[in-house]
Amino acid sequence: MPHARATGLRLPPTPRGARPVLLGLATLAAVLAAGCATPTGEVVLLPAQDGHESVLAVKQGEREVVLDKPYAAAETTTQGPRAFESSAKDVQAKFGNALGAQPARPQSFTLNFVEGSNELTDESKRVLENVLPDIEKRAVPDIVVIGHTDSVGTDAYNDKLSLQRADAVRDALIARGIPAEDIVAEGRGKRDPLVATGEGVSEARNRRVEVIVR
Amino acid sequence: MIRWMLPVALAMCVAPQALATDIGQIKVSKGSVTIERASQAIPGNLGARVQQGDVVKTGADGSVGITMSDNSLLSAGPNSVLALDQYAFDTTTNQGRFDASLAKGTLAVVSGRLAKQSPGSMTVRTPSAILAVRGTEFVVSADADHAAR
Repeated sequence: MPHARATGLRLPPTPRGARPVLLGLATLAAVLAAGCATPTGEVVLLPAQDGHESVLAVKQGEREVVLDKPYAAAETTTQGPRAFESSAKDVQAKFGNALGAQPARPQSFTLNFVEGSNELTDESKRVLENVLPDIEKRAVPDIVVIGHTDSVGTDAYNDKLSLQRADAVRDALIARGIPAEDIVAEGRGKRDPLVATGEGVSEARNRRVEVIVR
Repeated sequence: MIRWMLPVALAMCVAPQALATDIGQIKVSKGSVTIERASQAIPGNLGARVQQGDVVKTGADGSVGITMSDNSLLSAGPNSVLALDQYAFDTTTNQGRFDASLAKGTLAVVSGRLAKQSPGSMTVRTPSAILAVRGTEFVVSADADHAAR
């Protein structure tokens, strides 16, 4: 199959110079042996909802099947993985309960700051108000507030500043009635810029806080 | 005797604290769901937090959905045994490691910040295979008959 790369799945070689009847028996034995590859489970790659590329390697000892297209699948057997193609329907039939219990996807909101401060811009104050309904619709919400900086300054400085920004947003959420124990504040410093820049570049779009509701 | 007892006593004090870190939360819980932690069985109710080393089990009528602290989503169908073997996640660098295993049953996975940062950092094992997750959504099953292998 073109969508799945299978390696190391060769049958043992037929003995050389065997008489036809023996060759027949050897072939039969090989077929029977292959037939005895008892399934032990299966793996199916699904389309990624965020549109990112998806790749999964299924390894059994030295044997490996790489799944890199939606519904590319591998059956694991007592004799190694076997590539096949699954479908949305087959996945639903077998994995419907597991997929039905999948938690709601984390939702991300981005807030920006007035330069050199922990003060949200007016637009971001409005975005913050949109966060609240998303929190309320979840049964057991937890919120991660992740602060980011631009590339001006050292890691130590920016790690601290990014955490301060996250804490400021955390406080704002607590002030709006979200329980403090449901909100974690994290600072990622300048490691994850929204807009790539060189070192020491003041960039408003990178001075931000992500609020992830999940 | 005191000399060797002290480090042992210290180690005993430190170890449970290191384990006491919550790594995820049960967001969906239907039917019978149990968390096995250090030979104790805890009800896997909505909102329950999970820790490294926990084994999450579902009954014939059960299913469970867990959101991990790195945004990974794990959900298991009925008659499943899911172990959260190893989990370390540095929220500043996104570095760490996540190894889970499905002894039997069905599991759906959406990988999170760990696999996105370092494609080698997340694996899911079944009794017969190792899945190396390079950033992805997938489902995996492990047949009960072979769970003892």
